[in-house]
Amino acid sequence: MKRTILCAAFFLSIFIFASSLVAPCTAAEPYRIGAVFSVTGAASFLGEPEKNSAILLQDQINKAGGVNGHPLEVIIEDSKSDETQAVLSAKKLLERDKVLAIIGPSTTGESMALVPILNVAKTPMISCATGAGITQPVNERHWIFKVAQYDFSVAEALFAHMKKHGISKVGILTITTGFGDAGRKALHDMAPKYGITIVADERYGPKDSDMTTQLTKVKAIGAQAVINWSVGPGQVVVTKNWYALKMGIPLYQSHGWGSKKNIELAGKAAEGVISPLGRLVVWDKLSDKQQQKSLLKKFTSDYEARFKNEPGTFGGHAYDSLTMIVEALRKVGPDKNKIRDYIETRIKKWPGTGGIFNMSPQDHCGLDKDAFEMVVVKNADWALTK
Amino acid sequence: MLTVFLQFLFSGLTVGSVYALVGMGFNIIYNATSIINLAQGEFVVVGGLMMWFFSDSLHLPFIVSICLTILSAGLVGLLMERLTIRPLKSHDLLLMIMVTISVSIVLRGILAFKFGKDPYDYPAFSEGDPLNIGGAIIQQQTLWVIGITGLCIILLYLFYNKTIIGKAMRACAVDTTAAQLVGINVSRMVMISFVLSAMVGAIGGIAITPISLMEYDNGPMLAVKGFCAAIMGGLGRGRGAVIGGFSIGILESMTAGYLHSGLKDAVALVILLLVLFLKPAGILGSSAAARLRKF
Repeated sequence: MKRTILCAAFFLSIFIFASSLVAPCTAAEPYRIGAVFSVTGAASFLGEPEKNSAILLQDQINKAGGVNGHPLEVIIEDSKSDETQAVLSAKKLLERDKVLAIIGPSTTGESMALVPILNVAKTPMISCATGAGITQPVNERHWIFKVAQYDFSVAEALFAHMKKHGISKVGILTITTGFGDAGRKALHDMAPKYGITIVADERYGPKDSDMTTQLTKVKAIGAQAVINWSVGPGQVVVTKNWYALKMGIPLYQSHGWGSKKNIELAGKAAEGVISPLGRLVVWDKLSDKQQQKSLLKKFTSDYEARFKNEPGTFGGHAYDSLTMIVEALRKVGPDKNKIRDYIETRIKKWPGTGGIFNMSPQDHCGLDKDAFEMVVVKNADWALTK
Repeated sequence: MLTVFLQFLFSGLTVGSVYALVGMGFNIIYNATSIINLAQGEFVVVGGLMMWFFSDSLHLPFIVSICLTILSAGLVGLLMERLTIRPLKSHDLLLMIMVTISVSIVLRGILAFKFGKDPYDYPAFSEGDPLNIGGAIIQQQTLWVIGITGLCIILLYLFYNKTIIGKAMRACAVDTTAAQLVGINVSRMVMISFVLSAMVGAIGGIAITPISLMEYDNGPMLAVKGFCAAIMGGLGRGRGAVIGGFSIGILESMTAGYLHSGLKDAVALVILLLVLFLKPAGILGSSAAARLRKF
């Protein structure tokens, strides 16, 4: 008798154990999306909010029932801000995890490294970096899209504002990193189109502690405005130096300026600094009729509630790219070809965090200078300006 | 034209004072142990970030924050020496220098974990507008940094020349075995040198953060520039680091001003190489002493 009970208990426990293994398989197969972000390393200021945004969105979608009943699984790989590592991550995602699409990488260099791989693997990729070369020439970038605004759109937004205010001679300061190099090129390329002459072209390193010399030169040569193109503490140092020198000419910052942290750090020196920013950072200043406002509000407040930090423009890029792929998945199912076609042809007048997207076979980014608002710092807050 | 020149000069002084303070930290440990402590930059970062933590996060009074910051940096130096330098069986200098590199990486990791990747700053020591001298402006904080550098030089001079511990530390640097034979506790001197150099580094960090902001990964850049300053002035010479620091700062600024800002790091390094070709012991170093050096 005792033996029978023991036997029964034994088989029962095996049955329970086995069924617990089988149970998840009865649910729908998850849709796998790969993500390659610079979570650590030099570009971690991009990768960190991007990773967080992707996790946030994944959890929200799965809580709401997934994609057509399938759970969404975003597999995030850290590229350590390194091209080689980005390539390895992408190969792992494509070969081992069999992902349907890849979002990221965070930087232009890493994105360029992945272009040939994704073209061979015939898998769509939506990059979160700004470089124009990622999606151009478009006939060689069949599978590649991007959601970050072009560098030259930033330059155009800056120059258009200057032209309107009668500025024709500018001095530029750029940081000696890939970000600054790309900005410097964009500024030089776009200046003639707006009748603007670059009279001083100065550089500084990412860890430099004083830019007074560069600013003094810009002033001495007779520039009517200064443009600073950088990310990180350099932009705060430039702002403080500009304020201390009482230069009497306006300071324009690039789109890298879009963090409240910068205003906090620069204090009263930041007053009057002008920059072209994506609407994400100024959503509460937009009119209620603006198409992006409601989604920006939801995204930023959800993000801040969970991560106790602001998502910034960069977090928004991950949100846009993942949202596009999820929408395509919902409409056309897990077919790489159809997902690609959907993004190319059906993302029209599509409000995202970066702007209103208009993808087309000729343009795999779909944003122009209208994606930016000109923003001035006023009373330690952002204010829209014309 | 003079105004512009003055402005370049002041900018160079601002940057140079930072290099000088870091360079001095190198000398303290070098003088007692012949080790080049490549975690010196991290001591500066610890100073800046801990100061922010005590004064801006815990809202402690200014003076209290400074004292606590210097003490905690001293503790970091103490732990570093006790946990990584002392237990080494071998006394190979190259090995010890490699240990300091790994300590710098570990410290950077801890700082990133505790403070995140954002830059930090806090208000300058004295309120008010920058000073205007002949049309050029200089931030008040720069004067503080220069003043503090001067104070550190004087205190270190007195320490090395007037106190018995200071003299004992110098003896250790010249010949460890001989120092041991005359009854100097060498291992204690090494420990004191690490604590002292961490404290000097932290003082530098406290003073420069309002000018340049502080991030968890500022250490390596500070270490490289400070090391150049120390080498240029003559490794082991307290005043040498100051002269080296200010020369490099002013050279960088003049290059950026009169040539091009993209060239400033290169020109400063070329000048450094020239100095070393012509006078290998550095500006203040004596060549006789340089020949006795292990490094």
